[in-house]
Amino acid sequence: MNDPLIQLKNLSFAYDAERPVLDGLSLDLQRGQRLGLIGGNGSGKTTLLHLIVGLIKPRSGRVVVFGQTRSGERDFKEVRRRVGLVFQDADDQLFCPTVLEDVAFGPRNLGCSIEEARESAVTTLRNLGLEGFENRVTYRLSGGEKRLVALATVLAMKPDVLLLDEPGGNLDETSRARLTEILASLPQTILLVTHEPELLNRVATDVVRLENGAVKGTTSRP
Amino acid sequence: MGLGRHTTQSGQAGLMDIFTPQPASYLRELDPRVRVACTFAFALAVTFLSHLPSLIIALATGALLTHLSRKPWKRILKRTAVLNLFLLLLGLSLAVSIPGEILYLVGPFMLSREGLTLGLVILLRANAILLTVTALLGSMEPPNLGFALYRLGVPASFTHILLFMIRYIEVIHVEYHRLRDAMQTRAFEPATNLHTFRSFGYLIGLLLVRSLDRSNRVLAAMKCRGFYGRYHVMQTLTWERRDTSFTVAAILVVLVMIVLEIM
Repeated sequence: MNDPLIQLKNLSFAYDAERPVLDGLSLDLQRGQRLGLIGGNGSGKTTLLHLIVGLIKPRSGRVVVFGQTRSGERDFKEVRRRVGLVFQDADDQLFCPTVLEDVAFGPRNLGCSIEEARESAVTTLRNLGLEGFENRVTYRLSGGEKRLVALATVLAMKPDVLLLDEPGGNLDETSRARLTEILASLPQTILLVTHEPELLNRVATDVVRLENGAVKGTTSRP
Repeated sequence: MGLGRHTTQSGQAGLMDIFTPQPASYLRELDPRVRVACTFAFALAVTFLSHLPSLIIALATGALLTHLSRKPWKRILKRTAVLNLFLLLLGLSLAVSIPGEILYLVGPFMLSREGLTLGLVILLRANAILLTVTALLGSMEPPNLGFALYRLGVPASFTHILLFMIRYIEVIHVEYHRLRDAMQTRAFEPATNLHTFRSFGYLIGLLLVRSLDRSNRVLAAMKCRGFYGRYHVMQTLTWERRDTSFTVAAILVVLVMIVLEIM
């Protein structure tokens, strides 16, 4: 029996009790699936990603990740080791002075030695075509570079699942094409939040729409 | 007043002048810990000096280090000019206000030897320390300063605050300019009136709120990468022969100054 990697069951969430963001949402993410998630501004896409990694807790419903129901902080610590969330604003993700330190930060937290972490960081950067970026100062990177480095910081932890929050937002055409190419070639299971048709076409195998706090219909792509 | 002034990658923002690459020099090769510790010891010693010979040695040390740092003298002198102007005024007021042997009479003012000497001592001390700090610490990228302090036993939370400040001051700076531009495009002209004070109050308030929001998002992103309070410093520092020789030289200079002072 092949259980879904991530199962959201009847989730509800509200920042403000009057206006629930998610209302009885259910969603499955299968191993190897690349699910595109679309929906208007404020429809709860980012909220959904944050619920999966336990940054916020649902008002009701269950979050099942890797076959186990997750509720407490301890459960989610394990989730975060295997589910990589790439934030919408790369400036939120990149907090170290240099690129190398930022990319090595995750592996170090997973218990790698300095040497292992450095090696893992260098390899990840090379795979993304970012050789020579190790000692660059993070705040001085261009928008496109920041986005790629933010992706590298998560990939260096070798996650099973990638949650991407608007990865193409605010990028110029060249940077976006490069990012699309990279995302399309990744082996991970992916949940992709985006507005961009091009990115959806190239990366996602299925697309669902978030509307009124619940998932509306699946469109499968060949 | 172009909008492009706060593009982060251009590095032209002025505020981040500290990140401009420093000229290669002998001092840059030194272990950051050595530089921080020697600067601290030197500055501490200099604040106790009050005799001319030892003070001249202190100033000469500062000048020699500045020379070794290969920074353009012109810029350094420009930077010290502000401090020296202030110190001259301070020295003059000391000379007038401290009673003692009268050296000169300028109109109704009497300049005392004690006052002038004290002013000169302060001037020499300040310049010696300023030159040394500029040469040894100013040639260091701020993150290295953070690591050096951490390795020297400064509590981790302090170095974290320093490193996060370095990282996010520019982001906040850009946000500030975005808000200022937004105000200006709606014809905001600062003046001395309630409207201006209130508008700046809103601006600062919003910056604080945004910074708090951002810090929460940064923490969330760190948690997602497995951060639970332990921050691992990546840099490994190696002690070289030149570090030993520099430390020995620094100790000698400090000792010579102290001996001259006591004699």
